[in-house]
Amino acid sequence: MSINYLLKNLKDASGKRIELAISNGRFVEVKDAAPDSEIIDGKGLTAIPGLVDLHTHLREPGKEDAETVLSGSKAAAAGGFTAISAMPNTNPIADTAGVVEQVFRLGISHGICDVFPIGAVTLGQQGKILSEMGAMRSSEAKVRIFSDDGHCVWDSLVMRRALEYVKAFDGVIAQHAQDPRLTHGSQMNEGEVSAALGLKGWPAAAEESIIARDLLLNEHVGSRLHICHLTTIGGVELIRWAKKRGIQVTAEVTPHHLLLTDELARSYDPLYKVNPPLRTERDVMALREGVVDGTIDVIATDHAPHPAEDKDCEWAAAAFGMIGLETALSVSYKALVESGLMRFEDLVERMSGAPARIGRYEGHGSLAIGNEANFTLVDTATNWRVETPEIRSKSKNSPYLGLELPVTVRHTYLRGKEVFSQ
Amino acid sequence: MNRHLLSIADLSKEEAVNLLDTAAELARVTETPVKKLPTLRGRTIVNLFFEDSTRTRISFEAAAKRLSADVINFSAKGSSLSKGESLKDTALTLQAMGADGVVIRHPASGAAHRLASQKWMSGCVINAGDGTHEHPTQALLDAFTIRENLKEPSGDLAGLNVAIVGDVLHSRVARSNVLLLQKLGAIVTLIAPPTLLPVAVNTWGCNVKYDFDSDLNSFDVVMMLRVQRERMEDAFFPSEREYARRYGLNAARLSLLNSRCIVMHPGPMNRGLEISADSADSDKSVIVDQVKNGVAVRMAALYLLLGGE
Repeated sequence: MSINYLLKNLKDASGKRIELAISNGRFVEVKDAAPDSEIIDGKGLTAIPGLVDLHTHLREPGKEDAETVLSGSKAAAAGGFTAISAMPNTNPIADTAGVVEQVFRLGISHGICDVFPIGAVTLGQQGKILSEMGAMRSSEAKVRIFSDDGHCVWDSLVMRRALEYVKAFDGVIAQHAQDPRLTHGSQMNEGEVSAALGLKGWPAAAEESIIARDLLLNEHVGSRLHICHLTTIGGVELIRWAKKRGIQVTAEVTPHHLLLTDELARSYDPLYKVNPPLRTERDVMALREGVVDGTIDVIATDHAPHPAEDKDCEWAAAAFGMIGLETALSVSYKALVESGLMRFEDLVERMSGAPARIGRYEGHGSLAIGNEANFTLVDTATNWRVETPEIRSKSKNSPYLGLELPVTVRHTYLRGKEVFSQ
Repeated sequence: MNRHLLSIADLSKEEAVNLLDTAAELARVTETPVKKLPTLRGRTIVNLFFEDSTRTRISFEAAAKRLSADVINFSAKGSSLSKGESLKDTALTLQAMGADGVVIRHPASGAAHRLASQKWMSGCVINAGDGTHEHPTQALLDAFTIRENLKEPSGDLAGLNVAIVGDVLHSRVARSNVLLLQKLGAIVTLIAPPTLLPVAVNTWGCNVKYDFDSDLNSFDVVMMLRVQRERMEDAFFPSEREYARRYGLNAARLSLLNSRCIVMHPGPMNRGLEISADSADSDKSVIVDQVKNGVAVRMAALYLLLGGE
């Protein structure tokens, strides 16, 4: 049964004093609060709509030693998320209604965080034959986003057809922009650092050329295109150009690409090995600017858990990726709000409202009356230190271990139920 | 001196010169009838080779033995390394066996750094070539050879013009030499097709040319790099014939070098591709000296890293 609450003495993300009344898992007017409401003093806390991640790797089924839907959901709730989007590169790959329904049901049964599966664009993420996207859309999981993430939909014709096909059911294609020929064996951003380290370079052009092509394709077919994890100045400029031109596109950036640079690879520590790679300081600044001016619609984690042995080795042998659910808000705050570039309420919009709209995740992304009570209480005045034992994710491959970060998540609520508290 | 020898970038100019001077002294000792010194008696050096390399391994082995160390050779073929044992587990094994020093050759750039920076083992680490990153003792023996042939037997390489020719992109020898030779005062010019230069080579502080033929007589040293034939398949250059014609050191180019210029090559050579037989065997060639000097330089590295403990 759900409990009724009346939360007092809160602030919203803009700093305005607010009260929140929750009844039967939804926000209600304070005057309509149930008489038996438990009254909670929210002094010092800021209420924000639950964060929404459009890019999460949960590893279940197939790699449960790295992460499961349960451990990923716990990590998400601890990071202030009430909705996450499970990428399809599991084993088996989520390219059928059966697999997406399995992941969806696991999310429901755990009840910690809404888990929205993303379906593969092509069968086995091989880039050749379209997967049964219609069946995944019609399934219980109601898949809205399709992606071959980890792989690029490289074949221009397949990409065109995918974009066109999902128009029938308001789907969106989330592209992992990476020309495979230009990045064969690539290890890190191609530039001064890769030249010195002797690690094979990953040119910005390999990402930007795919983005440019897909923008032009979508101008032609008028579907919904989402570009995953932008990392370069050129990528930001292309999206800015496309939006000005009226091309339908949304774009995301990860927290780590807003804070970290390829200089960190000088340690040869594979914690900093990630796909797409960390770029330069100039790219980081352009990405921040892109978020501020709205060129980049959302911040998404690309939470990529890996077991210890996949990072406790030499760089070339290590897996790509870093976890991010539990640090996303803090790292984004550090990069954008602490640096004075952006207001907190605008950051929350990029991490909650905008992704909920792109994913069509009804019930998320807003504190509006009548909406599902999916929200998070944060303490913006208290820093915290990232320590391995505190990490809820099964994997500990965080580049922020030992660092002190701003903004502490105190409580997370899913449909009025407290799913995380500290 | 640092506890490890991983990259030339970690050495100061003074440390580099000191290492070369130490090598010169050790070279004199090993020219006496009794070639052995007792310095590292009772110490264990492991040659950990994840890549085939006859000359570097033998050179390190000879260096360690002349310092009276016990040497264990651990190479990929026929060992647990070929069965997929991780670098970490190998390091833990070496630690358990009490290795005082590990000489590592590995196909992954940064492997020596990982071995030194993780708490897998406590011995000192010498990088004997890591992927396409660095090969510091090769650069040191090259500097030693240049100094021996063209300068005083002590001091730096100030003012010498050194050309490094060929596949710079994939060469750990080139990376270490660019750092070391410039540190020692030489003027370095890289000569290669643009496909075989890193995109950010302009940040290396050296000259870069695409044309091997201009100002050939200005060089005091011409160092040829090995070109791997499989690079052709990755479209780095059109054909071996074209590569040899544009970037090979052939008899015609050899004749244009100035009288005191020396020709170097880290080996193994592709005769007929990057270097013609008459160039490799000419009286300008110091390629055999390089091999000989390798032992003295590696003795100096082992001595300075392990001898003081």
